[in-house]
Amino acid sequence: MIEFKLPALGSDMDEGTLLEWKVGVGDTVKKGQVVAIVDTSKAAVDIESWQEGRVHQLIAGIGQTMSVGTVMALLLEAGETAPAEVGAGGTAPAIPAAASAVPGRRMVSPAARKHAEEKGVDLANITGTGPRGAVTLQDVEAAAATLQPTPQAAPVATKITDRAADMRKTIAAAMSRSKREIPHYYVAEDIPLAAALSWLQATNAQRPMNERLLPAVLLLKAVAIALKRYPELNGYWRQGNGNAGFVPSVAIHLGVAISLRQGGLIAPALLDADSKSLTLLMQELTDLVKRTRAGSLKSSEMNEATITVTNLGDQGSQVVFGVITPPQVALVGFGRIAERPWAENGELKVLPLVTASLSADHRVSDGHRGALFLRELNDLLQHPEDLEK
Amino acid sequence: MTDAEIRTVALATLLSIAPEVEADELRGDRPLRNQVDLDSMDWLNFLLGLHEKLKVDIPEADYSRLITLDDVVAYLQKKLGAA
Repeated sequence: MIEFKLPALGSDMDEGTLLEWKVGVGDTVKKGQVVAIVDTSKAAVDIESWQEGRVHQLIAGIGQTMSVGTVMALLLEAGETAPAEVGAGGTAPAIPAAASAVPGRRMVSPAARKHAEEKGVDLANITGTGPRGAVTLQDVEAAAATLQPTPQAAPVATKITDRAADMRKTIAAAMSRSKREIPHYYVAEDIPLAAALSWLQATNAQRPMNERLLPAVLLLKAVAIALKRYPELNGYWRQGNGNAGFVPSVAIHLGVAISLRQGGLIAPALLDADSKSLTLLMQELTDLVKRTRAGSLKSSEMNEATITVTNLGDQGSQVVFGVITPPQVALVGFGRIAERPWAENGELKVLPLVTASLSADHRVSDGHRGALFLRELNDLLQHPEDLEK
Repeated sequence: MTDAEIRTVALATLLSIAPEVEADELRGDRPLRNQVDLDSMDWLNFLLGLHEKLKVDIPEADYSRLITLDDVVAYLQKKLGAA
């Protein structure tokens, strides 16, 4: 039996409210399939399953607020049958239901299950009166007789209206924890972008409007590639007594800080950014921004970022020194791309520049490595054609 | 199309991206991105929206000419007139 639990959608999430089940009892669930929509302080998030199975029981009810880690549903593994299902008139020993009811191992007779599906009765809300707490056909009929349409939207909507305030509290908690627990260090480097922007202009001239690339995509891809050589910046700090430490991530999932029009921000992940073409990254970034602002993100995008990238150039800032999102160990910031004076080989030029910064966890890496990472980033952006590969 | 009609299309496109905008308070002669919180992605989507509604191609090389709402209207009028 697989216990499907409410995942932590970021380190700053303690609880969530179930808005909708996307599966029903008896449905087959595949890896990556969205099984529920859960409201967090930041957004309504599509919760994916990372295991395969068949839905045995939906435990959480619509509108229910639960802590991270709460078992929301039970799935049967491939080939597994529902435990000790009792048919009508079965011969299971007559054990008092209350004495033997085991959370997560619900027994429902096939006839009762079929009848519940026909009547739209949620088995999770029925107290079984059969042997060992089994739900019988009579239990379902009794529940169906009392079934009333229940207005579900009102309480959920009430929770959503306070999202802006909740989000500010959540951000405050996460950032306070970051500054309390993570010894940040900061390095920055000015990066000439003449080659990158020239290449981008030539590339975009060949593309239809809806396929043009933004400079931000070049920056993101360069960060992802550079991280391959600096794995100590990509991963998580694991808490623990005696075994606390850094856990590097093989995958490179860039959390992209996206501001919301109503205030606040979310940093969902561009998954496997190092292995994707610039065209695909641009498509995914466009989609991610759109869905973030529409409040339609997937759980994998919310909890799998291995590093965060923030770009405040559009707001005019020349440089940003960000606060690391725990349990990540680094954050890359970009400021405004603008023409500035640049001295090179004894000559003064005017070039488009961007200031890249790195905020990193001193428990895991040192400023020396951080500076080398930014140099690597600089080198990569001088050869933009290589980033397309 | 008249300038007023183009301006109406431009404002509708802008509102679809930044619904919090008070259209009546926008100054046509002031930089648009100083008056509205638009990032690069928003700006690209704004131009893409104009392209789709008016069937006007806007080369990237022309982006720097589109600073104010008046610039946008004049640019689109010229493009539509040349079509």
